[in-house]
Amino acid sequence: MFAFRSGLQKYNVEHNFEVKSIIHYYAQWIKEGKLQVNSDWNKDLQIKFTVQDPCQLVRKSFGDPVAEDLRFVVKSVVGDENFIDMVPNRSNNFCCGGGGGFLQAGYPEERHAYGKIKLNQILKTGATYAITPCHNCHAQIHDLSDHYKAGYHTVHLWTLIALSMGILGENEREYLGPDLAEVNLPE
Amino acid sequence: MHKKNNINKLAVGSTVTVCREAARPKQLVRAASVKQEFLIISTKWVRMSKKKGTGLCSMAEEAIKLGENKSKFIDKVKEHLPDGGNLNLCLTCGACSSGCPATGLADMDPRKFLRMAALGMDEEIKKSPWPWLCTMCQRCIYVCPMKINIPQLVYYARQLTPREDRPKGILGSCDVALRSDTCSAMGATEEDFQFVVEDVLEEVQAEQPGWEDLQAPINKKGSYFYLNQNSREPVTEADEMIPLWKILHKVDADWTYGTKGWAAENYCMFLADDEAWEHITRVKAKAVEDLGCKVWLNTE
Ligand code: SF4
Ligand code: SF4
Repeated sequence: MFAFRSGLQKYNVEHNFEVKSIIHYYAQWIKEGKLQVNSDWNKDLQIKFTVQDPCQLVRKSFGDPVAEDLRFVVKSVVGDENFIDMVPNRSNNFCCGGGGGFLQAGYPEERHAYGKIKLNQILKTGATYAITPCHNCHAQIHDLSDHYKAGYHTVHLWTLIALSMGILGENEREYLGPDLAEVNLPE
Repeated sequence: MHKKNNINKLAVGSTVTVCREAARPKQLVRAASVKQEFLIISTKWVRMSKKKGTGLCSMAEEAIKLGENKSKFIDKVKEHLPDGGNLNLCLTCGACSSGCPATGLADMDPRKFLRMAALGMDEEIKKSPWPWLCTMCQRCIYVCPMKINIPQLVYYARQLTPREDRPKGILGSCDVALRSDTCSAMGATEEDFQFVVEDVLEEVQAEQPGWEDLQAPINKKGSYFYLNQNSREPVTEADEMIPLWKILHKVDADWTYGTKGWAAENYCMFLADDEAWEHITRVKAKAVEDLGCKVWLNTE
């Protein structure tokens, strides 16, 4: 996203299309009533979620408005009371350590040390799930949980949207814990 | 803040003692209101530590040795950046370092890195692994009162290492992406991608009741959205694409994949290889243009 967007600018690549994040559209589609998500499935379960603001998406690309879209989507899907924000957040968020090529740079020890701030932020929320709408964040935050035996799960946003709509198949639940393995399965 | 001595009036080689308050609450508590000596080199401030032989002290000595004639790495970086990236406006307040997760790794932090560059310690910078430990996340810019672009300094510092000696994982991923128009860092070809998408789609259509009409169009000209996909999905966890397709189906989105340029990742930027980064950008842009799509849609 950032690489493409800033590459277009940096190298003056002429183009007739816009570069957008699907997070923006998720929010728009929910507001328009096209994407009928709801959080009823979590009313009794009360499973807690937090969300990582990807640096590439928020601070480096679209700023706080997309962070608001992200929160709107997450809250619509898991329920207001089940969303716990990290502090600081949005444009002031800490990088998780998955960016910049760190995952492939061959410095795992340093990468785990870098991620400690993020790990502690997540643990402080007490959430069972960290939602990571970026692949590098997903890989790093997942690895941090494994490495530090933190116990939280790391999920993509599309998984939860589909779960909340009752359209998430059983083979599409790789990153969900046992608590959500059977929740809202399609008939 | 330090007293407003007019630095230009001070003689090169002289020292001046000023008081300054700690701007970094955690790290500099002990330095609060302690008098510190500044050595004047040209018209730049250099903080001299009271303790001889510490990092900052040796930095200053190094700077003296290097002198002012040599063309410095930082000056070349400034030429690349609008307003020179503000790289000479540092107040040494330390806000960048106190909020940087890479502070302390490889005995470095963003302020120190900037100072070293400003002092022309190019060899030390070249030797340090730190440019690969900074994720270029830009938080330091966000909190910096002068909006100093340290991540761009880091980007160009990565180029101080010859291309073939840069981290193998990043180098390999960039090189693989350059091999095909898919731009996949995992080496998935146009045929691979099309096969996986069609295969997964057929399976869902056949096995999940109610999804017989699910679509995953490829190379559909004139679609509104050109959806890209991180290579991880088609290559290692294809089922992760299904929820996304279902969501797009529910909202009746007009979308397509393209066999060219579909891979979302770009390691050539992390490699700080401008030529390769530009190439990847152009291949992807052309793919969207050729299909006449209005929006390049990122899944993240
Ligand atoms: S780069 Fe900015 S935040 Fe860091 S010490 Fe200098 S002025 Fe302060
Ligand atoms: S861009 Fe680098 S130096 Fe700046 S806060 Fe992020 S990791 Fe630290």
